[in-house]
Amino acid sequence: MSTNTITTQKVNFKVFRFNADNDYLPYYENYAMDVTSEEVVLDILNRIKWDHDGSFSYRRSCRHGICGACAIKVNGRSTLACKESMTTMIEYFGNEITLEPLSTKRAIKDMIIDKADFWDKHASVTPYLVADIDECPSCENLVSPHDAEELNEADLCIQCGACHYACPVVEINSDFFGPAAFVAAYRFESDIRDGDNQRLIHVNEEKQGVWDCAKCFECAEVCPKDINPIDKITKLHQMAFKKGVAKNNVATRHAVGFLHSIKKHGMLDEGGLVLYSEGVSIVKHIPVALQMFKKGKIIMPWNMPKSDKLDEIQKLIKSSSTVKF
Amino acid sequence: MKKLKYALFTGCTAKQSTPEQMMSTMAVARKLDIEMIELTEASCCGASHLQDYDDFLSLVLNARNIAYAEKHGLTMVTICNTCQLNTAMTKHRLDNNAELKAKVNEKLAEIGLEYKGTSNVIHFLYAIIDDFGLDKIKKMVVKPLSQFNIAPFYGCHNIRPSELHDESHKTKENPYNPTSLDDLIIACGAKNVDYEEKNKCCGFHIELQAPHTAAVLTGNAIAGATDQNADMMVTPCPLCHLKLDTQTKHASEAIGREVSLPVLHMQQMVGLALGCTPAELGLKHHVTEVNFI
Ligand code: SF4
Ligand code: SF4
Ligand code: SF4
Ligand code: FES
Repeated sequence: MSTNTITTQKVNFKVFRFNADNDYLPYYENYAMDVTSEEVVLDILNRIKWDHDGSFSYRRSCRHGICGACAIKVNGRSTLACKESMTTMIEYFGNEITLEPLSTKRAIKDMIIDKADFWDKHASVTPYLVADIDECPSCENLVSPHDAEELNEADLCIQCGACHYACPVVEINSDFFGPAAFVAAYRFESDIRDGDNQRLIHVNEEKQGVWDCAKCFECAEVCPKDINPIDKITKLHQMAFKKGVAKNNVATRHAVGFLHSIKKHGMLDEGGLVLYSEGVSIVKHIPVALQMFKKGKIIMPWNMPKSDKLDEIQKLIKSSSTVKF
Repeated sequence: MKKLKYALFTGCTAKQSTPEQMMSTMAVARKLDIEMIELTEASCCGASHLQDYDDFLSLVLNARNIAYAEKHGLTMVTICNTCQLNTAMTKHRLDNNAELKAKVNEKLAEIGLEYKGTSNVIHFLYAIIDDFGLDKIKKMVVKPLSQFNIAPFYGCHNIRPSELHDESHKTKENPYNPTSLDDLIIACGAKNVDYEEKNKCCGFHIELQAPHTAAVLTGNAIAGATDQNADMMVTPCPLCHLKLDTQTKHASEAIGREVSLPVLHMQQMVGLALGCTPAELGLKHHVTEVNFI
């Protein structure tokens, strides 16, 4: 048996404190503590409550990474408190550690937030199986391992909200469903038993849907279950084209426009892409385009560079395309 | 040290809207005596959008690009974060899925190519840090940028998902507190500016479909750097550069505050410190003028 020596380090914790009932503004309390290499972030929350201030509040239940209640932010990074080792956090951020709720503007008491927007969005993607299933079947409704793989582990989501409150678009556009709701949508869209025909349309709507994702990969980075929400978002994009629910709009034309451009030039024709995506709305880009033109940033169509061996690229497009729009 | 030699995947931006990025890449390569073999056959990587439409086609095209680097027996260097992400992601998927790799190779065989998985794909930022060495660059600095505070803007696709990027470069980058660009700023003699938005998103990829969100993200980034007294920003990504350099009007309107800072490409900053002229680095191609040199 290997004997791991337990080490101890001094850490200064700067902890977000707020009680919506009494406090006008939040404040930060400092706690200096000895942290052992065996502790997780939840141990620290417990010790603050037990040893320093009994009124300190946070959510936790399972302490096994299952209930999804304990997600908070450590130095701005969304983490599952019961799963995240303090050693890793110290490696990442050093000995000055800030503990905050997932979203400070939604704080109710200390680490506890009002997660209503998260649940509302979750509920609005029909996060359940819609199927005509015989309630008294004569045999089991089996899903083959191969079909189950299609879920790509989206069913492991514990709705902790780490990704949702790490998503920059959620912060700016309150209509945006956010990565966790998309994971839920994908989980049921990819289930062969599901027969819902509205969900995919709903998550493709402008402003709220998958096309407003900025592709920043914050959600993939934070997910404690390694679900990779942006990968599910990409799959929802692909499904929209495959199932014919993709609307003809600036976002979808933007994706398809790449293909047209590559077919013609091998490279991307930047101006051509904007024109193809925007149509007549291109006029709104003219002021910036003029400035760019003056600085030699815009190539005239007749000077558009082409990839060498363009015929190879065209041949591959012909043989390897799997989608039609 | 053996002379460094790479297969250069320029991406499309360097050939169109950011000519200065191509110029400064080559200028820095000359100064550091790095040989670049340009992959003129390469196609666009799809810029993280083509795969939303056709995933398999996107894999095949990216695999073809890498196969050309393999033919030269060279590591592929990218100069765009999004090219790096798309290409490295393709490599990761093919190297870890024999069935998928076989399917892709079946297509590549039609044009007499094969993807083997023998070439690494690395962004130029990490190539000069890992392979050339920061200390060596520091010693070569002839015009230290000591009077400037420079705010690093990392760009999403070089730091996230970190597991993927850790496969391609040795520099261990913490996606929540990245340091490579900071280290490069310091090596060039300038002072690095720490600010909250340095590892955040610039909004480039939703500029057309969600212009307001995109503009707020850009505005927040420039405002964050400004509030920490940055004289300018620097980025390794031409797409971030386009956003931060050309979209200041929309960004200012979106956040209700006038913001604008000169933005250098990482290569331009290194080039200036190594004594390249502003003309060599294409400084006149910026919309937000670089008027301090
Ligand atoms: S990748 Fe998309 S969904 Fe995920 S955090 Fe970024 S913007 Fe949000
Ligand atoms: S996808 Fe991951 S981070 Fe997001 S809610 Fe589910 S488990 Fe949490
Ligand atoms: S990311 Fe942009 S610059 Fe890079 S290859 Fe793709 S389209 Fe071209
Ligand atoms: S306490 Fe249940 S997931 Fe952490």
